[in-house]
Amino acid sequence: MIFTIARKELKILFSSPLAWILLALVQLVLTWIFLAHLDTFLQIQPQLVAIANPPGVTETIIAPVFSMAAVMLLMVTPVLTARLIAEERRNHTMTLLISAPISMTDIVLGKFLGLMVFFSAVITLVVALSISLLAGGTLDFGLLLSNVFGIFLISACFASLGLYISCLTAHPAIAASGTLGALLGLWVIDIGAGDEKESITRNFSLLEHYGNFNRGMIDTFDLAYFSLFITVFLVLSVRRLDGERLRG
Amino acid sequence: MAEQIVPVTVSVRGLCRNFDAHVAVREIDLELKRGEVLGFLGPNGAGKTTIMRMLTGNLAPTAGSIEICGIDLLDKPRDAKARIGYLPETPPLYRELTVREYLHFAGRLHRINSPSIDSAVDKVIQRCGLNDSAKRLISSLSKGYQQRIGIAQAIIHNPDVIILDEPTVGLDPNQIREIRTLIRELGSEHSVILSTHILPEVESICDRVQIVHEGRVVFCGSVDGLKLKGTSLEEVFTRFTMNPKISESFSSL
Repeated sequence: MIFTIARKELKILFSSPLAWILLALVQLVLTWIFLAHLDTFLQIQPQLVAIANPPGVTETIIAPVFSMAAVMLLMVTPVLTARLIAEERRNHTMTLLISAPISMTDIVLGKFLGLMVFFSAVITLVVALSISLLAGGTLDFGLLLSNVFGIFLISACFASLGLYISCLTAHPAIAASGTLGALLGLWVIDIGAGDEKESITRNFSLLEHYGNFNRGMIDTFDLAYFSLFITVFLVLSVRRLDGERLRG
Repeated sequence: MAEQIVPVTVSVRGLCRNFDAHVAVREIDLELKRGEVLGFLGPNGAGKTTIMRMLTGNLAPTAGSIEICGIDLLDKPRDAKARIGYLPETPPLYRELTVREYLHFAGRLHRINSPSIDSAVDKVIQRCGLNDSAKRLISSLSKGYQQRIGIAQAIIHNPDVIILDEPTVGLDPNQIREIRTLIRELGSEHSVILSTHILPEVESICDRVQIVHEGRVVFCGSVDGLKLKGTSLEEVFTRFTMNPKISESFSSL
């Protein structure tokens, strides 16, 4: 059932221009950044050779591209998640799903999965961009994998938070702006922390946790944070939809 | 042949629903057998849609029990919902899909397994007269066709109980006639609950009628019984649902 819903989500997403426009825009921006970093790398390459243990292309080009990719995903998430529940309500199609012999968990997970498939497509394009560097040198595949893993987790966090906010309203525009606000808030929350390593606000910042993956470090604390974040918002979404039947 | 026991498909006992302090539905009892068409009548805001939403699991009742073919809707929602087909007031259509894609999805959603899904979709397209538009996008179809897709979606999994909320609203006379014929056909093998404002519709399609007013069932009887007595449904409807004050002012005119 989860797959049935996920497949429907993707079919509707890709039958509108929205998905294609977003994919094209993200790719355009990331390629631009990629080329800019490649250019810088080629300029400073002679100096890098002189250093004892010089940073490779993966650190100087791919890591910054992935860090920008996370920000791009943060920007496109609200547009995509607003559709998930709020638009179904607005179009009165939610009744079809609720009247069907499936549970709310199926609905929530199906929609989440559908969005994750779309995000995976974006991530695959970024990986393809990175792999193109193999034409001119070698890559640090460990660092690349850690980045891919990290961006996958952080996009799952974006999706689950957006899905929950979409459950709260019947207006796609409100869901979108609410999600954008919440995600930006979680991005910049650590600004007040300054240099303090163990501050609470820093521990809550989404991009801060992603930073470790970006540097090639997979920390259990970050893993725990991401998986808790995803689980909490998925469970809240299911509960919210279930509660709606009671409140009416 | 000996007298067959006709199975009861819907059994509702003491159904209540409050919205905060407002009581929308109080103490509704309802029973429906296979092959029966029940007409649900009532003025706007009487609670018809609320009752239908509860019967289809879209809204949890404050009190009371709902059994579909002997399965408790609240205890085993999945098994019970699999036996219900529901067309809400606004047909739940994905305008971005084609008719066939949409019905395919609706069938999957109602747990029709892969080998039989194509034939189920074909059958329902045939039945609802959607042959010519099966490959078109739902958004490009007229209101009448969209209503038919809504009915198709409700019957694709061959449910025991079909619940239709105002299925003929906004249609032209020809379309109304077609949909009525379809509902009568459906009524011969399924149980149908139909809500409407159009009294002749009830007289022509339904076996039984229940009039709901201010959340209560104020009248319950068979359409044939009314005909025998020589009372028109309109008289009954007016008698039970007119606010006394308004009816006085009408008669003084």
